[in-house]
Amino acid sequence: MKIHEYQAKEILRRYGVPTPEGFVTDSPAEARRHCEELGGRCVVKAQIHAGGRGKGGGVKLAGSPDEAESHAEQILGMQLVTPQTGPEGQEVRKILVESAVDIAHEIYLAVTHDRDAGQPMIMASRAGGMNIEEVAEEDPDAIVRQHFDPHLGLLPFQARAVVGGLELTGTTAKQATKLLFGLAKAYVETDSSLAEINPLLITGAGDVLALDAKMTFDDNALFRHKDIAAMRDEAEENALEVEAGKFGLNYIKLDGTIGCMVNGAGLAMATMDIIKLYGAEPANFLDVGGSASQDAVKNAFRILVSDPSVSAVMINIFGGIARTDRIARGVVGAIEELGNVTLPVVVRLEGTNVEEGRRILEEADFDFIVAGHMADAAEKAVKAVGGAPAAGGA
Amino acid sequence: MAIWLNNDTRLLVQGITGKEGGFHAIGCKEYGTQVVAGVTPGKGGQDFEGIPVFDSVHDARAKTEANATMIFVPPPFAADAIMEAADAGIELIVAITEGIPVRDMIKVKAFMEDKDCRLIGPNCPGLITPGQAKIGIMPGHIHKPGRIGVISRSGTLTYEAVWQLSNLDLGQSTCVGIGGDPVNGTSFIDVLSAFAEDDDTDGVIVIGEIGGSAEEDAAAWVKENYDRPVVGFIAGRTAPPGRRMGHAGAIVSGGKGTAEAKMEAMRDAGIRVVESPAELGSTMAAALAG
Repeated sequence: MKIHEYQAKEILRRYGVPTPEGFVTDSPAEARRHCEELGGRCVVKAQIHAGGRGKGGGVKLAGSPDEAESHAEQILGMQLVTPQTGPEGQEVRKILVESAVDIAHEIYLAVTHDRDAGQPMIMASRAGGMNIEEVAEEDPDAIVRQHFDPHLGLLPFQARAVVGGLELTGTTAKQATKLLFGLAKAYVETDSSLAEINPLLITGAGDVLALDAKMTFDDNALFRHKDIAAMRDEAEENALEVEAGKFGLNYIKLDGTIGCMVNGAGLAMATMDIIKLYGAEPANFLDVGGSASQDAVKNAFRILVSDPSVSAVMINIFGGIARTDRIARGVVGAIEELGNVTLPVVVRLEGTNVEEGRRILEEADFDFIVAGHMADAAEKAVKAVGGAPAAGGA
Repeated sequence: MAIWLNNDTRLLVQGITGKEGGFHAIGCKEYGTQVVAGVTPGKGGQDFEGIPVFDSVHDARAKTEANATMIFVPPPFAADAIMEAADAGIELIVAITEGIPVRDMIKVKAFMEDKDCRLIGPNCPGLITPGQAKIGIMPGHIHKPGRIGVISRSGTLTYEAVWQLSNLDLGQSTCVGIGGDPVNGTSFIDVLSAFAEDDDTDGVIVIGEIGGSAEEDAAAWVKENYDRPVVGFIAGRTAPPGRRMGHAGAIVSGGKGTAEAKMEAMRDAGIRVVESPAELGSTMAAALAG
């Protein structure tokens, strides 16, 4: 789960991480007032979940309360387009009004889970503010990496190694060490999957300050963090994805035209892959779960066809525990309830009770395009959207 | 022969009185697995469909000589269930539970470091030695006893591969679903090493996913250590970067763990990589034919 910058800063402050003073608001008049409180100079920052906000005009420096108000008017309600939002952008509903600080140096600092080591890892670089992926690719040695055991916490010598690697000295080093302990503790105690400060600022006076912050959390651990779960902002998520989540479905909107419904994440990804292999693009990832109940299937189908970019549906179900007759009933039931489905629906059923499942599809008052195997289904679905059969498989 | 599981295995089921646990305990028993005990704290002394239920894994092991466990305990308590089984000396621990927090699994791994047991999963379909026994949620009837090993991070995609093999009359020695979580017990290499020592496994199908570097590691191992046919597939070529595709494992970030990188590493190791998941079985048949 993602949260906003102002929420991440709120959490990090509890762990002793210093941030600029700031206020969240959705009103330009309040932005003016907050700017006055901050001494007449401030930064107005759009609060959306996507990064790269500055490049899209979502972060602006104001030299006066007047300017803060006009920046706020401009930013609030805008469709902010950043490299991470997609071309349609994301509507800005809240802004963070923060004191403007002088910048001597910018550092990149993050904690994330390293799969290879099976432990959290601190990543830090003197090249802060930049795209860290580029730094990692072009100059991997410029990134300091330090693992730690989450159950022992970050140890002093490990913190010293990071601070030393960043070539910090004196009071800055002391402050950075304290900040590192706080960041590591926040990461562990909140079950984060990413806690990132970019940039971490070193001011002219040598103080450290988290200028921007981003945190994401392990969805599986939210059951023990009710306060963090409450920070979820559904307005930032795709409406269909939110709707699917309510029915326990795992749905992710993509850019293609073939709506997919599959049981199991691996098979769902493989289905997307085979559609592409046959010359079209999947409109979504949709996993109805390995055991796919009749109800889940019904809701999944409804959500799938409510996406206007879908021009054909491909259902690929391997019934193991999930019985294919139930899946077939779910799909037929959804089509009957919706009443006006005109899209071509390609169905491939295999596994438990498949004869019964196929019989239900044949007897239904709807012309399903029945496929014998996975490649056959992909070929028929691609044909249904008018795609050219590519150099596909079998 | 097969690996890790056969008809001598004595299985206990943790969470047997839950809906899923009970359903699959019966499924395993009907397939031929010796299901000797169930464990649900507080329900010791009860009986589930003729299977005795105990309060603790220690009790169950002492009374029934169980040497394997299948875990269906809900996510908040699953890590504890795995550690209890390890502490009781259960040799093979299969954790089916989906949704265990990463931090809990890091704790489990540390706890198990000096224990002599194997964890498969979590968030996995389990393993099956066709014709002998299964520990897991896979449909038994699509399998066939034979000489091909199958290793996968996915559930239903594994069934797809198995089904293709069975339809070509290529049976399986053992199929192992290692699960898609970021921290798990058994790796591709662990399973490949076991297959390498099994004279009755003639070739292996490896089904990977985007994210992490387990497939690259497995490819490097195959290059050095395994000369029987290996067929590979990586799911998620079309997945957009940075998005989670159901499995916590299936996430690509920063150009690392992409399908292309994994497929390249596999090809470099002499693994026959299929672009279409519909060709797993036929490619293995062709490889065996030389």
